[in-house]
Amino acid sequence: MAAMAVALRGLGGRFRWRTQAVVGGVRGAARAGQRDYDLLVVGGGSGGLACAKEAAQLGRKVAVVDYVEPSPQGTRWGLGGTCVNVGCIPKKLMHQAALLGGLIQDAPNYGWEVAQPVPHDWRKMAEAVQNHVKSLNWGHRVQLQDRKVKYFNIKASFVDEHTVCGVAKGGKEILLSADHIIIATGGRPRYPTHIEGALEYGITSDDIFWLKESPGKTWHPTDVALECAGFLTGIGLDTTIMMRSIPLRGFDQQMSSMVIEHMASHGTRFLRGCAPSRVRRLPVGQLQVTWEDRTTGKEDTGTFDTVLWAIGRVPDTRSLNLEKAGVDTSPDTQKILVDSREATSVPHIYAVGDVVEGRPELTPTAIMAGRLLVQRLFGGSSDLMDYDNVPTTVFTPLEYGCVGLSEEEAVARHGQEHVEVYHAHYKPLEFTVAGRDASQCYVKMVCLREPPQLVLGLHFLGPNAGEVTQGFALGIKCGASYAQVMRTVGIHPTCSEEVVKLRISKRSGLDPTVTGC
Amino acid sequence: MERSPPQSPGPGKAGDAPNRRSGHVRGARVLSPPGRRARLSSPGPSRSSEAREELRSRLLGLIERSRVVIFSKSYCPHSTRVKELFSSLGVECNVLELDQVDDGARVQEVLSEITNQKTVPNIFVNKVHVGGCDQTFQAYQSGLLQKLLQEDSAYDYDLIIIGGGSGGLSCAKEAAILGKKVMVLDFVVPSPQGTSWGLGGTCVNVGCIPKKLMHQAALLGQALCDSRKFGWEYNQQVRHNWETMTKAIQNHISSLNWGYRLSLREKAVAYVNSYGEFVEHHKIKATNKKGQETYYTAAQFVIATGERPRYLGIQGDKEYCITSDDLFSLPYCPGKTLVVGASYVALECAGFLAGFGLDVTVMVRSILLRGFDQEMAEKVGSYMEQHGVKFLRKFIPVMVQQLEKGSPGKLKVLAKSTEGTETIEGVYNTVLLAIGRDSCTRKIGLEKIGVKINEKSGKIPVNDVEQTNVPYVYAVGDILEDKPELTPVAIQSGKLLARRLFGASLEKIYHTLFWPLEWTVAGRENNTCYAKIICNKFDRDRVIGFHILGPNAGEVTQGFAAAMKCGLTKQLLDDTIGIHPTCGEVFTTLEITKSSGLDITQKGCG
Repeated sequence: MAAMAVALRGLGGRFRWRTQAVVGGVRGAARAGQRDYDLLVVGGGSGGLACAKEAAQLGRKVAVVDYVEPSPQGTRWGLGGTCVNVGCIPKKLMHQAALLGGLIQDAPNYGWEVAQPVPHDWRKMAEAVQNHVKSLNWGHRVQLQDRKVKYFNIKASFVDEHTVCGVAKGGKEILLSADHIIIATGGRPRYPTHIEGALEYGITSDDIFWLKESPGKTWHPTDVALECAGFLTGIGLDTTIMMRSIPLRGFDQQMSSMVIEHMASHGTRFLRGCAPSRVRRLPVGQLQVTWEDRTTGKEDTGTFDTVLWAIGRVPDTRSLNLEKAGVDTSPDTQKILVDSREATSVPHIYAVGDVVEGRPELTPTAIMAGRLLVQRLFGGSSDLMDYDNVPTTVFTPLEYGCVGLSEEEAVARHGQEHVEVYHAHYKPLEFTVAGRDASQCYVKMVCLREPPQLVLGLHFLGPNAGEVTQGFALGIKCGASYAQVMRTVGIHPTCSEEVVKLRISKRSGLDPTVTGC
Repeated sequence: MERSPPQSPGPGKAGDAPNRRSGHVRGARVLSPPGRRARLSSPGPSRSSEAREELRSRLLGLIERSRVVIFSKSYCPHSTRVKELFSSLGVECNVLELDQVDDGARVQEVLSEITNQKTVPNIFVNKVHVGGCDQTFQAYQSGLLQKLLQEDSAYDYDLIIIGGGSGGLSCAKEAAILGKKVMVLDFVVPSPQGTSWGLGGTCVNVGCIPKKLMHQAALLGQALCDSRKFGWEYNQQVRHNWETMTKAIQNHISSLNWGYRLSLREKAVAYVNSYGEFVEHHKIKATNKKGQETYYTAAQFVIATGERPRYLGIQGDKEYCITSDDLFSLPYCPGKTLVVGASYVALECAGFLAGFGLDVTVMVRSILLRGFDQEMAEKVGSYMEQHGVKFLRKFIPVMVQQLEKGSPGKLKVLAKSTEGTETIEGVYNTVLLAIGRDSCTRKIGLEKIGVKINEKSGKIPVNDVEQTNVPYVYAVGDILEDKPELTPVAIQSGKLLARRLFGASLEKIYHTLFWPLEWTVAGRENNTCYAKIICNKFDRDRVIGFHILGPNAGEVTQGFAAAMKCGLTKQLLDDTIGIHPTCGEVFTTLEITKSSGLDITQKGCG
């Protein structure tokens, strides 16, 4: 990508110290006390950088190695990992672009005289988003420099349990040794390599945010990429999602199906219970996709400009030579196995973030786990990471924020008889004048049934769901009860006040539609 | 409270109760110390007679509110017989065992003053004094007791609510659901400019709802600017049409007015579009638009008349100025506007008017957003200033003159400095007064039944159960005197209390500036949005103040308010995982204390 190359060249001058570091780093495998670093972090994503910065602040000698293997389509990016480059950040910005599209449609109702329809220019959006991402890449490098963390842009693999080696751009081999090593290499999108044409013609979330041209009519065989399909539809593209089974596995299923309903009513097409079998390029340049309908057994085809695979992610562990260090991985997922202290099977090697088995794949969890780990290593702390009640938000066109247990999980743990679910269908005030449909704006709180009715989970579907959910996550962390939430005064008129007005339980069978003020 | 010595009102007429507020009465709690709102400063009766009066009015309140009250002693066989009688009739009783409360002897004394009966049991049914054990059984045999039990009251209604705003309506609907016969009186006295509106009160008609919709319209203006940066393409100059917006908003409000009437009808609440005022105890006069008068009686009343905007009392203000009562339905664009005042109403209105591209000036007498955290208030002000709102500080208007009629016309405003003799003059199309609001409590006959109001503010003092000094009259909403139940007030008073108790140095304040992700690509300014929490060092760093300045502040604050109710601490904030990328997550990563003086400007992403 030309744009990237330019940006990296621009950095060259300021980072001349790197060459010296490389020279300094070439040493033999070292014994304890003579190792190059107190801490070596493999992977420069959110988790890895948090570890490195925290350790540097505690006065330790730290190095970070980071390398982005280009995607099969040739996309690559700078320092900062998935979140900054091909995850949360560009995703939410493109989501914002789609939301703005909705607001432009609302504007005439509010007296703004805008001629409709307003066309969208992918190129302009992508460039603006990419520029912001590049400024973040730059910011991360500056922060590392400020804290005297050595940064190596090399692809590292283990030589022994204290040493990794990598090859620099010029072909020179570098050996780095450290007392403690943290693996934070994250994951990359999975390709369905068994499907003909998948690798050649398909793209993934690694590529979509860096496309210079609009992806056009797109097709997502997916369980998880509702967010991408949402914003693509929102900026006016013809988008189809193919789902093998259920959407948003692991999330509350009632909420998930409402997310889908909302998307379907706003123009995203869904093909459910279908499995793709091949992708071919037509002479005109478009892609022809063939799939099998699992229920009827029939084959069908469609023509698209872009095929986006979003069928899960695989951890980036294969090239690490983990067996040389003796680090165990799960045979099923290839993810690294750790204990509650984030330690792997090798006591001084740790892992944080998406590369770890059984952890939520979320930026803030990786950051917090990383910081706590470093504080335990160098700061004399003994605090462990608490993975319960992690809040998160899915930025689908109608956003879904949640914290705590899903209704299914609450029932499974406590039994139907011991769970009370309060819920409401509400209409955001902003939707009224704009004449928007609010059928899927919904909130539900899952509580224990016995007084004081401890809150087990909160699920919110509506605008600004992330902002709404964050504070309630605190409440749940404080052990909030239904009674306490009901005693909180609402902020009027907001969507989040619906949470403190939840009066109708599912068990009562009453209509949960909020009417009036 | 300066009433003559205790009299003995008839048992069925609790309305003659001495002028003290009664507290929450249930069982032994009747003798708990006077409510925390009891005022100690008033001259007049000595402490003991005041305490007695307090007790008396509590007892009357208890009698007033209960279907059956039995003053009893736990070992008394007669009392037991009476209790058994009522329980065999399936009637729930409020029983007060005088031998099990600290001050039973005094209760018995006061009871004997009220009823001329010294012994227990002493029984009241539907506010009527039945007597002791023998009389109760006689009444049972004659059928009088059953009749008393059936006959809820001789009043037209169980409850009449004066004022059909948010507080009044929710109260009406709740009482109706509980099976009570309820009436709502609502009447909007037109503003000096002639604006009036439908059912639903301030919030729906001239408050929160139209305000937030106009705020949303202004945000959309910003969104339109942003959207170009996000790839949406349109080149023409986008103009804002006031009439289109106002019409859409007024349509929505009409649908809400209609919805309220419908929901009152569904719940069989009588709604009368008349002005209500007390004429005697338990009786109210309702005057409709045509001046026809009707009288209604009720066992209990709720005052929910709310507030209306205040005028300056200067030449030309009522003739030419408008208030928030008029703005939201103004049939024409207000044009160049002077907003007088620095309340949240003033700043919100100034903000959205400027958002529509109007020339807006705010005239401020002293400080912005009195009662709010002043650092946050100043930041709000400077953000507005950067976005084109002009501020004239330390000035007050002294005269408004009309230069030209029209829609809008032209007004000349003369103002003088609050600090010197300097005067200034300005010409505006519209002058919007937002200098405060006055309670509508002075013209509803409260003096006729002895409901006390704060003479200065017009607000009504109530106890913990929203009861006024007259036991059967309650009050809700904006007219309550210093009720700390509103979120911002609670936060602020908690903070001030902490300051008084511990001195400011025992607080720890964490803060940061932040840049909402949505603003980055849009090229909107960095280091404008601000987050701050205030912790009490001596209470495990408990969070006692929460402030955020940025987009969706309402949505962000709500959940944290719930968490503060649950005893939120800084540690718990740190332990909570952020939702990425949102604005709310900045509160989970606050590291810099204000006292450290470290730089809080943001350079990169965490």
